[in-house]
Amino acid sequence: MRATTLTRNIGHAFGENRLTLVAVAILLLLLLCAAFGTVLAPYNPLMTDGTAKLVAPCMAHPFGTDALGRDILSRVVVAARLDLGMAISAVVLSFAGGLALGSAAGYFGGWTDRVIGRVMDTIMAFPLFVLAMGIVAALGNSVLNIVIATMIINLPFYCRFARGEVNVRREMGYIEAARMGGNRALQVLTNHIVPNILPPMMVQASLNMGWAILNAAGLSFIGLGVRPPTPEWGIMVSEGASNIISGEWWTFVFPGAALVLAVFCFNLLGDGLRDLLDPRRRI
Amino acid sequence: MDIADPNPFGALPGTAVGVTLLEAQALSMRYKVAGGGMLHAVDSVDLTIGSGECVGLVGESGCGKSTLVRLLARLADPTSGRILLDGQDIAAVSQARFAGMPQRARIQVVFQDPSESLNPAFRVFQSIADPLRRLLGLKDQTKLIERVRRAAELVGLPPELIERYPHQLSGGQRARVGIARAIAPEPSLLILDEPTSALDVSVQAVILRLLADLQARLGMSYLFVSHDLNVVRLLCSRIVVMYLGRVVEMAPAEALFTGARHPYTQALLGAIPDPAKRGEIRSRLDGSPRSPIDPDPNACRFHGRCPKGTERCATEMPRLTPAGQGHVVACHFA
Repeated sequence: MRATTLTRNIGHAFGENRLTLVAVAILLLLLLCAAFGTVLAPYNPLMTDGTAKLVAPCMAHPFGTDALGRDILSRVVVAARLDLGMAISAVVLSFAGGLALGSAAGYFGGWTDRVIGRVMDTIMAFPLFVLAMGIVAALGNSVLNIVIATMIINLPFYCRFARGEVNVRREMGYIEAARMGGNRALQVLTNHIVPNILPPMMVQASLNMGWAILNAAGLSFIGLGVRPPTPEWGIMVSEGASNIISGEWWTFVFPGAALVLAVFCFNLLGDGLRDLLDPRRRI
Repeated sequence: MDIADPNPFGALPGTAVGVTLLEAQALSMRYKVAGGGMLHAVDSVDLTIGSGECVGLVGESGCGKSTLVRLLARLADPTSGRILLDGQDIAAVSQARFAGMPQRARIQVVFQDPSESLNPAFRVFQSIADPLRRLLGLKDQTKLIERVRRAAELVGLPPELIERYPHQLSGGQRARVGIARAIAPEPSLLILDEPTSALDVSVQAVILRLLADLQARLGMSYLFVSHDLNVVRLLCSRIVVMYLGRVVEMAPAEALFTGARHPYTQALLGAIPDPAKRGEIRSRLDGSPRSPIDPDPNACRFHGRCPKGTERCATEMPRLTPAGQGHVVACHFA
């Protein structure tokens, strides 16, 4: 019964929004690359070839090669795991942290709200990308620290969003009814309010994912975090940027296009997800 | 005092005939308002509800009915006063603690707006089953399904609607879900906070009949809150009239309708449209109630709007005094 309702709802959500199908297709492609990138890649992404430097796209190298003769297609495919991995872990962490802090602030109010609110304001007071740079610089150059930095700069958005959503629901009749039904404060929050704020939060997360991908890649672009020769979209764009003037466009266009595709896919997914998760739109 | 009263000596004025279920003693609720004043939402209200009795609570908007409901239902903590449920003071613990006590199941509320009081993320089953799990500790799924099914049947909710979400139901169906949720834990006292005011007139009648039928079958006590005297008259045996946070008159339903003593009650009754009384001069109220913020403790709350008021009303607050046959009234001229 539940399973068929779910499939019906998925069908309903996709039927209403065909673009979601496109987004899901792109997502599957990206996830495929992330999972089996090393197997799918035609070449070793780290293998240099002195005889094939800066080869334009051709049959042997569909995306061409870079200044060290590495196959760009292979590097773009293999990089998916690292780029998506960093962004997804950062978003999952800030989603969970923001949901917990924001709903506590919104539900309990008072000093809880004030303390959490001021901490978030402090984070927001910095230019966020500069803050992320500072965090990575302070903690050390590693993938983990890129995730932590991206998590911290994303946290205020989830936190404020959750706080606002909880706050408007706190005084609703069904919350009063939940208390009358024997729910303690924490149970009211987790069992009665959170299910209602998850759909808009998921949409927020999906839209935010694109930004997180850009952030992680951006940090690598300016030389923080991931180091060469690791295949990563941000580094590849950065390395290819030196070829802009000499006209070897493929060195930065393809990794850049991969970034654009990933961001685009998550933004589209946001809308579809909202339809799927919002109980008001369920059938 | 009523002669049939089994306890005529210790009882407060207006005590119900029979065993007392719930008794509010000097219940008050005051809020601080911006600017430093105190808003007296409920001001030392004494009220008793007998076992199996149906009490109506009427008054205009803003008279403190809803606050009194929230206090009696233990959804808010009173500023002062006691609430005795079977002789035990349930206002002694905070409402947050009360949520986890076994007595929580004994007082349930049917809320004013059925659409707003149902969780949009919950199916009907979950809405009715959640209080059963929490209040009665019912974990067994088959027993739970049975209880939910029975509650739905009692309120006339078709079983196929149990797996629906609130947005897929009509207003009347939502009202039935709200009632089913409240009666499922088998409360001793059901508080109905204007349960029909958000419904269409045609649905109102059906829901009122359902409520009357449920009371007859389940023997719960009702506290029926409304601003509509006619609705209250249909269901209730005793009526309590509130004005600006205070009880001004309390009487058996028929006595109130035929011989209201308080000028405010008389005005309320006069406001009921009646084709038989067309052309007659009614006692009509002018203006609006006085401010509930820092009211003069020595003046009648109705003074200034009252057709009978004199200087005495401005200097002496009338007490609730018995007027025979379970009728009590707070007016110098009643």
